[in-house]
Amino acid sequence: MTDVMHNFELFQPATLADAQAILGDHEDAWIIAGGMDSLDWFKHRVKQPSVVVDIANIPDLHGIREEDDRGLWIGATTTLTEVNESEAVQSRFPVLAQAALRVASPQIRNKGTIGGNVSQDTRCTYYRDGFPCYRAGGNTCYANTPTAMNREHALFGVSRCVAVTPSDTAIALSALEAMFIVERRGDRSEVAAADFFIGPDIDITRMTSLEPGDILVGIRVPGKWAGSRQYFEKVADRNTWDFALANIAMAATVDAGAISDISMVCGAVQCTPRRLTDVESLVRGETPGEELETLVKRVAARGAEPLNFNHFKVPLMENLAMRAIRSLA
Amino acid sequence: METYGPYDPTVDYVPGPAPRPKHGRDGETSSWRPLHMSRRNFLRGVVCSGVVIGGSAYLFSATTPARADTRAVERLVRLTVNGRTHSVEVAPNETLATTLRYRLGLTGTKIGCNQGECGACTVIADGTTIYSCSTLTHRVRDSEITTVEGIAGEDGTLHPVQQAFIEEIGPQCGFCTPGQVVSAVALLNRNPNPTIEEARLAMSGNLCRCGAYDHYLRGVMKAAERV
Repeated sequence: MTDVMHNFELFQPATLADAQAILGDHEDAWIIAGGMDSLDWFKHRVKQPSVVVDIANIPDLHGIREEDDRGLWIGATTTLTEVNESEAVQSRFPVLAQAALRVASPQIRNKGTIGGNVSQDTRCTYYRDGFPCYRAGGNTCYANTPTAMNREHALFGVSRCVAVTPSDTAIALSALEAMFIVERRGDRSEVAAADFFIGPDIDITRMTSLEPGDILVGIRVPGKWAGSRQYFEKVADRNTWDFALANIAMAATVDAGAISDISMVCGAVQCTPRRLTDVESLVRGETPGEELETLVKRVAARGAEPLNFNHFKVPLMENLAMRAIRSLA
Repeated sequence: METYGPYDPTVDYVPGPAPRPKHGRDGETSSWRPLHMSRRNFLRGVVCSGVVIGGSAYLFSATTPARADTRAVERLVRLTVNGRTHSVEVAPNETLATTLRYRLGLTGTKIGCNQGECGACTVIADGTTIYSCSTLTHRVRDSEITTVEGIAGEDGTLHPVQQAFIEEIGPQCGFCTPGQVVSAVALLNRNPNPTIEEARLAMSGNLCRCGAYDHYLRGVMKAAERV
């Protein structure tokens, strides 16, 4: 159930410098762009920041630009529809265009931003409902008990918390080895996808390396995988709105029939996008075919530790990895 | 039975942190108070708010909100809805659906789930559909907004989408219909000849609990032939 939002002060800065000045003045400031996730937190009264900073009016954070290396710079407040409809994204990074198209519903994609999509909080229902779990600063996980409903939770990398990454574009961007450009108190740094998404073992209260006051400026997709063979597939209970039960993103280059290089990432099985390094090293140099698919299926979910109700994710993940390899044949 | 005044987004109905001083012009506080709901008060409120909206449009028509960028937003905003510009007082935490329904009286826009999961509140902002329940009004103060009230002609002639929905018996309980109409119109504005798959995708952000999806879809295809 939703409620009226609490009272807050709203700021709509027009430049990045103004935004940082506001964030410096207010310690508990909350950044919104599309607001598709933030407003739900407020309406459920789980998060009640006294200051909200709307960064959608800052031109520096918006748009898609060419990079020198055939890569693209995508502003954090670029909407998912804009990412999906961009010709440059569609031709060079179809895996990202498809991932953006599979997020939520058309109205949400029209307003939801790629920066928000990658940095949104987990969808664990216990955490979202305001249970005082580990992630919320408590000392229990409500999703990992004998009777808990945990069919949507993690197979890997559990450290007290069993929540998973909810983002579709994060999976695609991880497969494309994107860099996340973060502005922290005037210093700009580029964070690799592998370091941007963090698990509960690093910080249990956050999903990304963004600290309070940090602004995600944009995402740089390097030209490395531009025009390569790419694959995205998402499995969810419903085709619209729903978050993934598992999803897969792959970028690969095929040379004379053999896979010369590959990057494969699976989502919704761990707190961070899970790079399937076992599959990658198995298929490098091999020829796609039935034999390879069988081997891929065998290693894709190796090491999985299912909870009570998410055993189905193991074959789901194996089949997604297999289908990605099959697309190269 | 306990009765409540009309819904007022500036009122903190649920105990939470103490309300902070509101940042209006020169720190003035809102004069909004929950009213006691009765038929008479309700009607009076509707009449008065019309006068206030019309009057303030006259009063503030020459002023544009000037503010330093590092200051909190003004409460008075200009909102362009269905081709008309309104000056309205809007709380920082107010959603567009609330403003449309309770400040401007445009109750065609429905609030279903109030969290972006049903589509009943769909409106068009600058050509694209958005959920007005999940949009702060301050976000769209520079946008052109079209609600379901702005779809039919001035003389009441129905838009081809509305006519086709009637013919295909799209509305059953009718609660989702305004959102369905707006989504369909936005699609046809952008793409007058959609394939059925494109139409299905464009309409996929609108739930219909009566399950009349195929009726609406047939309506969109029928309207596309007439647009």
